[in-house]
Amino acid sequence: MLTVFLQFLFSGLTVGAVYALVAIGFNITYNATSIINLAQGEFVVIGGLMMWFFSESLKLPFFVSVALTILTAGIIGFLMERLTIKPLKNPDLLLMIMITIAVSIVLRGILMFSFGKEPYVYPAFTEGEPVNIYGAIIQQQALWVIGITGFCIVLLFFFFKKTMLGKAMLACSVHTTAAKLVGINVSRMVMFSFILSAIVGAIGGMAITPISLMEYDKGPMLAVKGFCAAIMGGIGSNRGAVLGGFLIGVLESMTAGYIHSGSKDAVALVILLVILFLKPSGLFVSKTTLDLRKF
Amino acid sequence: MKKEDFLSLLILVFFVVLLPVISGNTYTLTVGIFSGINALVAIGLCILMGYAGQVSLGQAGFYGIGAYVSSILSVHMGFPVVISTILAMGISAIAAVILAVPALRLKGHYLAVATLGFGEIIYIILNEWGPGGPSGFGDIPHFGFFGYAIDSTQGYFYLIWGIVAVIMFFSINLIQSRTGRALRAIHDSEMACNAMGLNVTAIKIKVFILSAVYASLAGSLYAHYVTFISPSSFSLFYSILVLTMVIVGGISNLWGAIIGAVVITVLPELLRKFEELDVLVYGLILTLSLMFFRKGLVPILIDKIKKLRGFAFAKR
Repeated sequence: MLTVFLQFLFSGLTVGAVYALVAIGFNITYNATSIINLAQGEFVVIGGLMMWFFSESLKLPFFVSVALTILTAGIIGFLMERLTIKPLKNPDLLLMIMITIAVSIVLRGILMFSFGKEPYVYPAFTEGEPVNIYGAIIQQQALWVIGITGFCIVLLFFFFKKTMLGKAMLACSVHTTAAKLVGINVSRMVMFSFILSAIVGAIGGMAITPISLMEYDKGPMLAVKGFCAAIMGGIGSNRGAVLGGFLIGVLESMTAGYIHSGSKDAVALVILLVILFLKPSGLFVSKTTLDLRKF
Repeated sequence: MKKEDFLSLLILVFFVVLLPVISGNTYTLTVGIFSGINALVAIGLCILMGYAGQVSLGQAGFYGIGAYVSSILSVHMGFPVVISTILAMGISAIAAVILAVPALRLKGHYLAVATLGFGEIIYIILNEWGPGGPSGFGDIPHFGFFGYAIDSTQGYFYLIWGIVAVIMFFSINLIQSRTGRALRAIHDSEMACNAMGLNVTAIKIKVFILSAVYASLAGSLYAHYVTFISPSSFSLFYSILVLTMVIVGGISNLWGAIIGAVVITVLPELLRKFEELDVLVYGLILTLSLMFFRKGLVPILIDKIKKLRGFAFAKR
């Protein structure tokens, strides 16, 4: 009993870690721009597929591949912001949503064109025996996924609390005009937020691919689930995003294990709808804070 | 009804009657039929987006409910096709109410994602529990009235475009009525509408139901024309396709929905050699039209015509 439960719990936590990273990606762009970048899921796919390209196709060493993948994702985030978000004059929210959807379709099209429709996989980061916890078998890569996510969260925490750049980005989210007045280049902060969110997504993609494989059309589902996690925790709150991500991952894996594997993907969506209907401000953000936001 | 709209409706009817006469080949008519089916969904989404200012990424869900419910009712329970289509529209309306009552209190991104989630749930349900699972099922009966089945391509063409014309007539009247003015007012400022005593949420819910019913009708028409359905026709991609149609045609004009639907349905036929690239091509069209032709084809054409007319009058 306990063994099976632990097994489901750990596989849930592994997937949940990636959802948490996607949710954090949403938060980064949302905090700087109040845009929900619905292309966030595509960044995860880009991470997985580019890592395969560098490490398996070009046979580059591990760390070089990781660096190049992060670089590629950063460039794509940069291009997305400069080509589609920045040129817009007096955009409204509806337009912004549709632009990010349109970009996600373009990215998916490019990915399908360059990688085809088949799933890709590469070996785990470290070889070795799976870990045994009370009879539950846990792949080493799963520990990598959870570890990397934790590392990213700590790093981002320090970035936003301790560095000048991070503080400037947070300032944009608090009050754009005030940020401008104290000399923060808001346009540049928006650009950085897109680059950073692309990199965070890509890191998630690199880590999860050895476990769950990666194909060109995984993006929308990942985006929806990451969004569920972000909404669940209260959009804009990174602590909430992490908890939301893990919670959705675990619930999903429990449903697949105990109830019906086909309805696994519906779980997150049902949770999303329930949260939206009952407490749209999320579990960790107050209603007042939400009302102060632009939407 | 305005003079221009009446004229446009006449032109539409004229074209519809004429097309099978000029080019009677099955291929042209089939593309025409699909354009008409898509136009129905696009008109609904256009009213919702252009007039009520709400985004829906879940139209494929209602389209799917329309197709599956009316097929299941007619194949497995022996209902006449017309009755099962109407029942499917009722079920879509109920689904729309359940989704809309809580979701329409939310703004912007929230509604977009809630509808996207709804569409995906329907897609998963069709895959897991729909008859035939992912491979779908066939032998769906054709439309028929009083024992007379419509099974020729030409007959179907007239049926579908006849319905499009009627729906268009109804929709134009709707947006020029009191409700229509209220809708445009909601688009401009919800707060002002609330202050004027309009029940904004009730109006939004009604429009959402309307768009769902249109999509459901289109889904039933699709199922009973093709006679075979599988979940893949009702995926997120279809919702995005309809979104592209509305944006390319012009979000602020109902005629834009029809033009957009025809353009986007015919386009892949012209782009056959880029078969594998369809996703990319749609994405680029959507991105570029959002960035550079935000108004859409029809409003831009109207501006051009007005300018030309201006010149003509100036010369005199």
